Amino acid sequence: MLWWQRIRSWWPGPRRQSREVDLARELQAHLESETEEQQEAGASPQEARFAAQRAFGNTTQIKEDVRVTWGSQWLETLFQDLRYTLRTLKRDRGFTIIAILILGLGIGANVAVFSVVNTILFRPLPFANAEQLVWIAPPARKCGFSCETYSADAFQEFQSWNHSFEDVAGYFAFTTEDNYRLMGRGEPVPATGIFVTRSFFQVLGVHPSLGRLFLPEDARKGSHPVALLANAYWKRQFDADPAIIGKTVDFDGEAVTVVGVLPPSFDFGAVFSPGEKVDLFTPYILDNWRDDGNDLTMIGRLKPGITLPQAQADTNLVVPQLYFNIKYPNTKGFYKATLTPLKQYVTGRLHSSLLVLWCAVGLILLIVCVNLANLLLGRAAARSKEFAMRIALGAGRSRLIRQLLTESLVFAAGGAALGLGIAYSITTYLAHQGSIALPLLSTVRVGGSALAWTVLLAVAAAVLFGLLPGFSISGVNLQEALKDAGQGMSEGKRHDRTRSALVVSEVALASVLLIGAGLLLRSFLRVLDVNLGFQPSQSAAIKVDYNDGNSTAKRSVIFQRILNHIEAIPGVEAAGMVDFLPLGRNRNWGTVGAQGKLYRPGEAPDPLVYVVTPGFFRAMGMHLVAGRDFSWDDGPKERPVIIINQAIARALWPQGNAVGQILVTQGNRQSLLVIGVVADVRETSVEGAPGWQDYFPATQKYPEGAELVIRSKLPPDSLAGSVMRTLRQLNPNQPAAAFEPIQQIVDHAVSPRRFFMLLVTSFAAFGLLLASLGIYGVISYSVTRRTHEIGIRMALGATPGKVQRDVITRTLSLTLAGIAVGLVLSFAVTQLIASLLFGVSPADPVTFAVTVIVLALVALVAGYLPARRASRIDPMSALRAN
Amino acid sequence: MMIPNESINRIDLLQGTLDMLILRTLLFGPAHGHQIAKHIQRTTEDVLQVEHGSLYPALHRLERKGWVKANWETSKGGKRECKFYRLTAAGKKQLVSEESKWRRLVMSIGRVLERAEEG
Repeated sequence: MLWWQRIRSWWPGPRRQSREVDLARELQAHLESETEEQQEAGASPQEARFAAQRAFGNTTQIKEDVRVTWGSQWLETLFQDLRYTLRTLKRDRGFTIIAILILGLGIGANVAVFSVVNTILFRPLPFANAEQLVWIAPPARKCGFSCETYSADAFQEFQSWNHSFEDVAGYFAFTTEDNYRLMGRGEPVPATGIFVTRSFFQVLGVHPSLGRLFLPEDARKGSHPVALLANAYWKRQFDADPAIIGKTVDFDGEAVTVVGVLPPSFDFGAVFSPGEKVDLFTPYILDNWRDDGNDLTMIGRLKPGITLPQAQADTNLVVPQLYFNIKYPNTKGFYKATLTPLKQYVTGRLHSSLLVLWCAVGLILLIVCVNLANLLLGRAAARSKEFAMRIALGAGRSRLIRQLLTESLVFAAGGAALGLGIAYSITTYLAHQGSIALPLLSTVRVGGSALAWTVLLAVAAAVLFGLLPGFSISGVNLQEALKDAGQGMSEGKRHDRTRSALVVSEVALASVLLIGAGLLLRSFLRVLDVNLGFQPSQSAAIKVDYNDGNSTAKRSVIFQRILNHIEAIPGVEAAGMVDFLPLGRNRNWGTVGAQGKLYRPGEAPDPLVYVVTPGFFRAMGMHLVAGRDFSWDDGPKERPVIIINQAIARALWPQGNAVGQILVTQGNRQSLLVIGVVADVRETSVEGAPGWQDYFPATQKYPEGAELVIRSKLPPDSLAGSVMRTLRQLNPNQPAAAFEPIQQIVDHAVSPRRFFMLLVTSFAAFGLLLASLGIYGVISYSVTRRTHEIGIRMALGATPGKVQRDVITRTLSLTLAGIAVGLVLSFAVTQLIASLLFGVSPADPVTFAVTVIVLALVALVAGYLPARRASRIDPMSALRAN
Repeated sequence: MMIPNESINRIDLLQGTLDMLILRTLLFGPAHGHQIAKHIQRTTEDVLQVEHGSLYPALHRLERKGWVKANWETSKGGKRECKFYRLTAAGKKQLVSEESKWRRLVMSIGRVLERAEEG
């Protein structure tokens, strides 16, 4: 038989039906011949027919045996099982809904988390041959972006002197949000732009979806300004107009030609600054920046065949030759560089968090399976008579197990379908959460591998929770089961033990999850409690536009006027300006020291620098420990002053007399009078220890833009109108901008931790719910089974209270066994997540104690309902019923 | 149907031999199931009883393997339509090989038994 004939013969279609008719006719003909023969031998017609039938045997059985030779048994059986399953499930609607709901939630959570893990950890970055991309940066130090970047000269030298990279590119590390204003289209609209080196997109392997990338002449000094638009910005701001290519657009009063639009798959923020959006890209013109400091990141594309260690060896030779500024020979030799695969730079630090998340969600699936096995076991026990009957009628045990597996598969399929729906909504939701600072999160999708993962999970789950009840049924003793009226007293000790073991393991798994979640939750609360050095609540910032014509005197006047007007607005308690808000971008101007003292390399403080106005500290809620704030009298022509943080004060003047001392910047040897000391601020991260910070007055130094910070008890939105009116009055070019509460900046910084904490906590809550369901199911079932026994005991004088106590004791003993196992497991597991905790020990007694109490309480509630039912059993009716 | 006292003189067919007997029977010409069963029974003087529970599955198996072909034909008396099986070329080949296998088996078993008697 050809393969297609064979497959067709399996199909229960018309061909199959004709074969059935054929077989029936054949057997009928045989019977008739036999009857005829018997009659010829002298029997009466009726006798002959009976004799023939006797000689022939069981027609149905013969038909069945013949059908086996036709081959397609398994498919036929599958259809039979499916039909039967759907029929039974329709009868047990409540059970089906619960089973599919539980499984759907379990699978949904798993697929969603897998999609996130897959996108962030496993999939290569969304660039061509992304494995060749390398992040080139100095080894980590505590002095912010300026110590993680290179100067224009160093960048260019490295680009041409190295032998390992096809090309090296970079972007300007000090971009601030909304640093451009789109003009000439009504009110100025803020936009975020970033300088990238000429070959940035070529190095990443990104092709424009419209127009072209930057050409060498675009990056020459004095060339006509050009820009590339991010796809989302092009759609949002320019209605996806393809004619925009070649047109000029007015940014900050400058006519910029749009040369191309980037593809939708390229999301700069998702990769390099999670949670932020970038709208346009302009070429970084090296010649404009040669006298600036370190401001370029470096990303290289390895030449084919060059390994990372080879490139590192080459880099180690090249980097000491780099000049900070080639005009000054003594600026050579200060650079170092460590190569990291770009993927690891972007997602590396999330590795352990994501793995923990994945394990937690896997634990949930395990609990789901145990729970379902438990439910199915209970159901199977209730159906033991049905199964015994079917075995007695000739069903093979393997056939029964197969039928149970089919049932589980139907559940699994339903669960998988629901789970996919859930996963799809979760991932869509996550992909649009701009406030979560996780890289690549905006690119999370339920993809092909996630679908494969779902199928795998569903099948594995089905087998896992289908087999257990399957085997327990196949061990049923027919006679017992058939005789057993279902209300016996000592039925199924073995059965009970299996279910108890399942509940114990469920409780154990749930307690591991609860303890893990508890530790993460406590860590998160600790993080929120951190003394940031400023008070984020009641503070909000808005970006202010100004045109000082590069004159400090002019700027001082502008700033003073703005602040005077703002402070006059009712409700504003304090106002000030700063160029970089905390927990965002930062910069560094080199080391500082006390006057008259020499420092060995690496000894002098290397602070982050902020240029602020008078009033800023008050507006931020920062604490001035000693000395005074800046005043408008610290003018451009006055004596240069500086305010330092406690860390610098301690390092330079350990005696605590910093105010009034002279601080000298080590680079350009400028002397500054220290007029105040402020408390340390957590500048780079909420969780890391604060480093060195110093503050210059905006009336003496150039700030890099201005963020107006106001402090008010009123919600920022209610002030936005009057503040914006005031700013517009003073400067008609002020773009529309929204207040950003400082709290939001802090929330953004702790959002990854919040994200993980929330997920693990919701998994734990789900696990707890499932465990309580499991406990309830087992106890409730055992009460039902023992109605008769309880009836007898009550007839013999047991009080309802005693009966109730017995049931609750059993509940608690199960739960405590589970908790005991769970605690032992947790001690091991929490060691593994120690690196994710903050200010909490992995063996935190409070978390452990609370978990035990919560679980015990939940178990009590779950056991109380059946216990109450048991105590209300009426002995008379219980005894009569059987 | 197994009725104990009747089966005393009967020998259960060895596994696989039914196929050979069917093919051998069909060597004399096409036959339907009832005829095949009767033929085997008569030839062995009722020693070998063909169970219908094995006969029909065997026939369908042989048909699937392509060793026999089946057609609906009117029986000799013209009374009813019966499904007649006939040997195919492949079936003949199979029969030859099974027969020679069987002879070797019988001979070998016979030798063992003779030795045992001698000893």
